[in-house]
Amino acid sequence: MRSHIREFDSSTLNESVQNTIMRDLKAVGKKFMHVLYPRKSNTLLRDWDLWGPLILCVTLALMLQRSSIDSEKDGGPQFAEVFVIVWFGAVTITLNSKLLGGNISFFQSLCVLGYCILPLTVAMLVCRLVLLAEPGPINFMVRLFVVIVMFAWSIVASTAFLADSQPPNRKALAIYPVFLFYFVISWMILTFTPQ
Amino acid sequence: MAAADELAFHEFEEASNLLAETPDAATASGSDQLTPQGHVAVVVDSGGSYGAEEEAEESDRTALLQEEKQQPGFWTFGYYQSFFDVDTSQVLDRIRGSLLPRPGHNFVRHHLRNRPDLYGPFWICATLAFVLAVTGNLTLVLAQRRDPSIHYSPQFHKVTVAGVTIYCYVWLVPLALWGFLRWRKGVRERMGPYTFLETVCVYGYSLFVFIPTVVLWLIPVPWLQWLFGALALALSAATLVFTLWPVVREDTRLVAAVLLSTVVLLHALLAVGCKAHHEGTPRPALPLRR
Repeated sequence: MRSHIREFDSSTLNESVQNTIMRDLKAVGKKFMHVLYPRKSNTLLRDWDLWGPLILCVTLALMLQRSSIDSEKDGGPQFAEVFVIVWFGAVTITLNSKLLGGNISFFQSLCVLGYCILPLTVAMLVCRLVLLAEPGPINFMVRLFVVIVMFAWSIVASTAFLADSQPPNRKALAIYPVFLFYFVISWMILTFTPQ
Repeated sequence: MAAADELAFHEFEEASNLLAETPDAATASGSDQLTPQGHVAVVVDSGGSYGAEEEAEESDRTALLQEEKQQPGFWTFGYYQSFFDVDTSQVLDRIRGSLLPRPGHNFVRHHLRNRPDLYGPFWICATLAFVLAVTGNLTLVLAQRRDPSIHYSPQFHKVTVAGVTIYCYVWLVPLALWGFLRWRKGVRERMGPYTFLETVCVYGYSLFVFIPTVVLWLIPVPWLQWLFGALALALSAATLVFTLWPVVREDTRLVAAVLLSTVVLLHALLAVGCKAHHEGTPRPALPLRR
């Protein structure tokens, strides 16, 4: 009991850096688990944070980078393009759901959309590993299957968290942009070819 | 407060007794707690006039409410929320209306019913831009299968070009059209011009038919592609023309003809642009450097 009181007494400014980082990492990890096993809970909504989305977005953008042998015009998406697509896409979807009358706050929605990119980031990792093997139609079918499964997982996860905050006769209107968003990201992952 | 409660209860008793006696006497849920007898007496004595009084009260109240519910200023969030005040069934109905234009049916009056929305135009344009880029990419992949000398690349900049073009079209052309129609407003007596939002709405929904067309352009048979393109252009332009015809009909023949043909021409340009963008120019493969 005394240690509890002491914990609440001292501000987090005095604790060691390791404590701070571990606490934030644990929170991020807990939310990753919630995304991987989506149940109807509002942990993601209640204690939202944007660390997870940032880590996932940076990882995804780094993995989608190609070497710059190609000319700039015809190449794949560069780091900045992926970053902009993810964040502006999430902001647009959030604005859309708020304009339709949803009662979710701006950052909560950004948090959910960002965390639900986790399955697609896993898909990107798997695709990169699969691409190390020799190319061919089997290679492509494996990648297609993985991306489709992870795309469905992302949609299910984000719908489980976001659907309740919309008015009932506008749910489809709010979910469709989420579908489009993850579809575009899946497309970027599927068409990735290292040079 | 006990006295007031007693009064209220008493009033209800009296009113219900009187109702039982005279079933067609009007009762009001008035908030004024006058003497119960007086209240009920008014109801019984002059039912007609009390009804009129109540109506006057109601209209006063609604007038006050409407005054309070003024259009919010453009700096508030509520102003923009009024443009997204649609349900799923309404959006689907509007899309269906744009896919099947009929000569008598004016899209604006029949489907929009003076409640234009920005949800449809915005997301239809976004979908069209992405579908164009994705199917263009797919065409390149399929072409590379048949001819391995073609160099494949994701061509990500296509999304940006397609998106900017489509959004500019859906905003600038209705702006010009709306401005022109307002300028010619003096010539028309009967039908007022459409508001800017309604014009944007018509243009946005009329682009919906291009989405399945672009997907069908994946079939690598050239005459079939031109057929689909012409069909989409016909449906889309028909929606626009049938909507604009009642407004333009009262103008001089020359102006009407020029306006309608300009609208159709611009729309055809967009369709041709989509086709050209979709095909792109496949580059021969670069020699691999060791």
